[in-house]
Amino acid sequence: MTRTTRLVTLLVAVLLLGSVGTVAVLHAAHRSAMRDQQQANGPTVRAGTVSLRSTAGRPLLVRNLAWGPHRDEITTVPADHPQGPRTASGVKCLRFHAAAGTGICLQSVRGALQDTYRAVVLDAHLHERHHFPAAGIPTRARVSPSGHLVAWTVFVSGDSYAGTNFSTRTAIVDTRTWKMDNNLETFDVIKDGRPYHAADINIWGVTFADDTHFYATLATSRQTYLVRGDFATRTLTTVHRNVECPSLSPDGTRIAYKKRVKGASPDAPWRLYVLDLRTMTESATAERRNIDDQALWADGSTLLYALPGDYGSDLWTVPADGTGTAHRLMTSAVAPAYPR
Amino acid sequence: MYLAESRSTKATVVPDTRPGRRPAAVPGTVLALGTVSLITDISSEMVTAVLPLYVIAGLGLSPLGFGSLDGINNGVGALVRLAGGHLADRGGRRHKVVAGVGYGLSAVCKPLLLLAHTLPLISAVLAADRTGKGLRTAPRDAMISLATEPEHRGRAFGVHRAMDTTGALLGPLAAFAVLRATVDGYDAVFAVSGCVATLGVLVLVLFVPRHVVAPTGAVPVPEPARPTLRDALGLLRRPELRRLTACAALLGLTTVSDSFLYLLLQREESLPAQLFPLLPLGTAAVFLLLAVPLGALADRISRRRLFLAGHGALLLGYGLVLSPWRGVPAIVAVLVLHGTFYAATDGVLAAATAGVVPAQHQGAGQALVGTGQALARFACSIAFGAAWSLWGGRTALTITASALAISALVVSFVLRSADEVPS
Repeated sequence: MTRTTRLVTLLVAVLLLGSVGTVAVLHAAHRSAMRDQQQANGPTVRAGTVSLRSTAGRPLLVRNLAWGPHRDEITTVPADHPQGPRTASGVKCLRFHAAAGTGICLQSVRGALQDTYRAVVLDAHLHERHHFPAAGIPTRARVSPSGHLVAWTVFVSGDSYAGTNFSTRTAIVDTRTWKMDNNLETFDVIKDGRPYHAADINIWGVTFADDTHFYATLATSRQTYLVRGDFATRTLTTVHRNVECPSLSPDGTRIAYKKRVKGASPDAPWRLYVLDLRTMTESATAERRNIDDQALWADGSTLLYALPGDYGSDLWTVPADGTGTAHRLMTSAVAPAYPR
Repeated sequence: MYLAESRSTKATVVPDTRPGRRPAAVPGTVLALGTVSLITDISSEMVTAVLPLYVIAGLGLSPLGFGSLDGINNGVGALVRLAGGHLADRGGRRHKVVAGVGYGLSAVCKPLLLLAHTLPLISAVLAADRTGKGLRTAPRDAMISLATEPEHRGRAFGVHRAMDTTGALLGPLAAFAVLRATVDGYDAVFAVSGCVATLGVLVLVLFVPRHVVAPTGAVPVPEPARPTLRDALGLLRRPELRRLTACAALLGLTTVSDSFLYLLLQREESLPAQLFPLLPLGTAAVFLLLAVPLGALADRISRRRLFLAGHGALLLGYGLVLSPWRGVPAIVAVLVLHGTFYAATDGVLAAATAGVVPAQHQGAGQALVGTGQALARFACSIAFGAAWSLWGGRTALTITASALAISALVVSFVLRSADEVPS
């Protein structure tokens, strides 16, 4: 081949490949524009006032995933009428939780060179009280029952060639003092009764018992543990094995969690289990599908969790005691919270 | 700045094939290979940059507890690299073919990501991608060696590594631009990345000669017999190569992986977690800036000496992490030393290897030294992780730093005696 032939070949290839790339980008851009259009069969969503202290019945707050102008906004429905019209707050969050008049909202912020993330503490009217930079992609958020403490977990990833090692950073903030524990991994770990150190410790999925105690997942050496955390002593003590994304029942006696079960497909390894902390016995729930969410206790006996759905995810419920069957509570929603 | 640089390198891609012209300062083949690496790195870093977001936000999966998405274990990776080097030498220098297969395999993997929606599948695609990288690394370095006059190899490898790093820095920016033009446009990122990777393969096919020959190799070497596997293994009987491999491995055993170093730096400095992603950028920027000047310096003084000096910079970096000096200047100093370490060792080791391996074994020789170093670094990672568990990160680094100091002393002795061997 002569030099000219080669250059012409290269030019043609650049034009061809450039067109393919441009079409791919335009296609994706068009698809994202579609998401701003309301679906005909989707839930009704109207802008309105959302309050964590609403007096008209018990509210259920969710991140609305239904297509339309209020996509990704925190919306509210009456807890006893979850299929009804949704009231949108205008506040966009990736992850959300609320209790006792305090909300925690993990959101992305568009930057010049890349998106960044932040954790915003909200008051009862979903107005910002304070915000903190978050180190990575948000995944879990919780508020303590008193509303005093908030916790969140983000994913960070290494950036070696074609290698993606994920790790987590979990932060806890006291909203009375705005003091932040940036990384729970600095707590002392007591594993099986002995102090434990490792570089590969990851902690995620905090669930609060009160303003001093909490539970979370600790992972190290390819094993996950339920740990009980104590702010006073700054310790994490292992309680049980094979527990991810714990969620403490309102009476503090049971933990709902993701258990990695034997024999399950490696891309769908988790089932929803409940651990009784008094007897340390595990029981499976009637939900047999793979679960990848930190479940929420709707009341003392019912669990609420997200499963993949047509527009991202839907919310489902199942009794916590292993009886009954799972049923869909609402479509196109994620990150639920009962603020009271 | 990077964009301008990439354009200017593209303009000089065409190899200098016209007869009667003064040989270019850096051979056209090296610039062509550098361009291929630059384009390929843009493509692969586009994927790497969005993959976590895609997995977590796009697919809604929790990657934790799954372990790493690295996809390929280090033993297999080492075998692939050795095989790539050997296959390239066989059949009278099939470097371009083997490298082309490696680049092609990685290019095919990008659109495959559009179809992989579960972690095991994504992991399998990444494993194939890494296999492609393993296959092409040694033949590519062999071609750089063969295309360059021995006295300029350090600079040639420096130019290649600088172009490679430029691509790695541009990739995330390109991916972000695509994401910005769309919403959740991960599929668009993978599609564009596939197009870019294809372009890289095409530049290889069009602009890298099938048989790489030295620019002023006035004496045409008769085509040697096909090197057999036994010949390749016999390379280890060459004392110079054995010494170099042993030294690279010994120093590799005391080279803490980047992620551990950054993690420790962040902990020691109490660096806000959101600044963590800037640390690798700092190292890469310094590597990019210093790769060419240090490569040229290696050509003037000894490559082995510079390789050793690079590890001295690393040792100094460890010392700074352990020292009570805190604050932004300390972090910057550590990153400068870390980037200097890469600039003084990465391409320089390849250049040093090229000098102790006969032309028909360049692929196998490059694979051998590179693999020895990679496996040693992997062993160091395991040991470092274990030491961290037992005694904490600071102590683990103190031990590693001491081991590095001892290794460097041993290596300086071994390589000095090697220098006395007439070559």
